[in-house]
Amino acid sequence: MNLFIEILHTLKATIIDVIPILSIILVFQLFVIRRPIPNVKKVGIGFFYVLFGLALFLLGLEKALFPLGKLMAEQLTAVEFVNSNLQLAGGYSWYDYYWVYIFAASIGFSTTIAEPSLIAVALKAEEVSGGAISANSLRITVAIGVAVGISLGSYRIVVGHPIQYYIIVGYVIVVIQTFYCPKLLIPLAFDSGGVTTSTVTVPLVAALGLGLASTIPGRSPLIDGFGLIAFASLFPIIAVMAYAQMTQIKTQKKRKKHKKS
Amino acid sequence: MNQQFLTFLKAFIGSFKDLLPIILVIAFFQFVVLQQSMPNIGQIMVGLLLVVLGLTFFIYGLEMSLFPIGESMAQAFARKGSISWLLTFSFCLGFGTTVAEPALIAVAKEAAEIAASGGIIGVSEQAQLQYANGLRYTVAVAVGFAIVLGILRIIRAWPIHYLIIGGYVVVVIMTAFAPNWIIGIAYDSGGVTTSTITVPLVTALGVGLASAIKGRNPMIDGFGLIAFASLTPIIFVMIYGMVLS
Repeated sequence: MNLFIEILHTLKATIIDVIPILSIILVFQLFVIRRPIPNVKKVGIGFFYVLFGLALFLLGLEKALFPLGKLMAEQLTAVEFVNSNLQLAGGYSWYDYYWVYIFAASIGFSTTIAEPSLIAVALKAEEVSGGAISANSLRITVAIGVAVGISLGSYRIVVGHPIQYYIIVGYVIVVIQTFYCPKLLIPLAFDSGGVTTSTVTVPLVAALGLGLASTIPGRSPLIDGFGLIAFASLFPIIAVMAYAQMTQIKTQKKRKKHKKS
Repeated sequence: MNQQFLTFLKAFIGSFKDLLPIILVIAFFQFVVLQQSMPNIGQIMVGLLLVVLGLTFFIYGLEMSLFPIGESMAQAFARKGSISWLLTFSFCLGFGTTVAEPALIAVAKEAAEIAASGGIIGVSEQAQLQYANGLRYTVAVAVGFAIVLGILRIIRAWPIHYLIIGGYVVVVIMTAFAPNWIIGIAYDSGGVTTSTITVPLVTALGVGLASAIKGRNPMIDGFGLIAFASLTPIIFVMIYGMVLS
């Protein structure tokens, strides 16, 4: 019974969040386009499914994954945990936090796989490309990008380098890749940077960043705690473009082989 | 009925597979690395069931509602031929969906608390609220602007990489001038703006528009709206930081 009430509460909150979007759509549909929405009943039911699904999803995350994930991020960055692995006395080195990097990579990968926005974009890309891009391989590629990004971002917090150097180097890599990447995939690659970080990833990753920055001596949460999300949105771009290039090179090699034989 | 149930079951199993990696990661770290027992296992199981069910419903409803709405609106606007209405709609969509975005509200609040403890702004609740709201509106305007720019790009067929690279250059130059404490928040704000409802809607809008306009390729021109929405907030938030200091 309690659960039922909680579901209703979350559903209400989700509906309130959606009211701005819904009213914008309705106002433009009715006053500017001046046409009824096609299949209005089906769309309405589908919209309810989306809201209901999102409410269940958020409540479930709140109940099961977030408390545990956040607690883990705190425990892994806590001084006692890092200390117990430490053999030598004296200051910490960046590699004493190796569990943090592993955790960052695996939580980045796994939350990205479950990210609903990414699923939506991947489905659309598969549909538009006529199946040439598989939704699952796109998601896995993006997830690898996020994993690398968050792990590198945690390393940055531990060593205390300024974020801008990393981001700028990342930008330079993206720019260079843009010239070699198959043109068809560039927009999708850029998009995949933005969609990776949403409902599931942001709360966990933000907790990890702030936890790291507040436990490591000499780091301030103000300057160092933020920035993990930026890494998580930059590296998928690189990963998707790299994947596209690799696929291109492979097909070219195949073609050459065909010609020879 | 049976058929429908089967489709649902298939989707349910698919969602479970999507979630499996998280379950494995959390279990591994809890038992093997941290060596702790699972607290209130019952609640966690219920939570996991809700997550899987929720994801199933979400994806099921996506193809029924958000995708068709986005596409039909794009086609209607293309038929109407009024660019100014389309751009107004784009701005409203970007601004409206971002300003109420829970993830952004949470991050803005957190940023305000940290800024107050860092002595950048006053400690009073009002100063913090003002800062958080300012941040929110800045990001929302940035996203509105981004969708407008992205839609214009689809209409005019500008190549995306020049715009994005130009944006990167602006970010890099501004980083040199923006105060240190805003940089991390600025870079992050690009990532948190795109919510779970906005992304499918905006993607369908772009793809729909690119398919409705002759000579546009939905793959090349249709995607890319989200990319702008995650770049402009970085620039706008840095401006916000520069104005404040």
